[in-house]
Amino acid sequence: MLFFSYFKDLVGREVTVELKNDLAIRGTLHSVDQYLNIKLENTRVVDQDKYPHMLSVRNCFIRGSVVRYVQLPPDGVDIDLLHDATRREARGG
Amino acid sequence: MSWASPDEIFLSTSLASYLDKKLLVLLRDGRKLLGILRSFDQFANAVLEGACERVIVGDLYCDIPLGLYVIRGENVVLIGELDLEREELPPHMTRVSAAEIRRAQKAERDATDLKGSMRKRMEFLDLD
Repeated sequence: MLFFSYFKDLVGREVTVELKNDLAIRGTLHSVDQYLNIKLENTRVVDQDKYPHMLSVRNCFIRGSVVRYVQLPPDGVDIDLLHDATRREARGG
Repeated sequence: MSWASPDEIFLSTSLASYLDKKLLVLLRDGRKLLGILRSFDQFANAVLEGACERVIVGDLYCDIPLGLYVIRGENVVLIGELDLEREELPPHMTRVSAAEIRRAQKAERDATDLKGSMRKRMEFLDLD
């Protein structure tokens, strides 16, 4: 639940999602769900030449299970808030 | 994609907005399927109507028709909405027949296998 809430706060920010198949997609975070499935808007593929089939894709749904990393803007993280939330979650679990 | 609680009702990643649209589905095995989304569920299982597989080898491509497909969600990597106002592929790519793309695929596979076997032989030499 912690990361779901965290990503909900990041909706509207620009992120880069790196998938397990090495495809990296930059876009605006549109929505996220409990499985950490991600919907991106205004997407651009990093290294477009390697993935010609993605040329006309501007919005996409990414299954949570295939995400390796979600790269965030440096000011996208309130570290102290995140630490507190993590401690609370750890205590409760 | 289960039923959202009241405070999450406006933030749900649902494939509903993609229904009846022509989509690109990337699968875990590297296949690219195109088709119209007719149905989905919470596991990202999907039904694609008029599906075809877009096989790309270098600058060559071919769309192989498949018909009505049910895709098991665990194989889905990405579902992308195709912008109809843009070209689906770069202009330098050439469309070829299914037979030719299969030949190109085999050639690519053979080249990769050859590289792999050469590498194994070089490793035996233990140069580094």
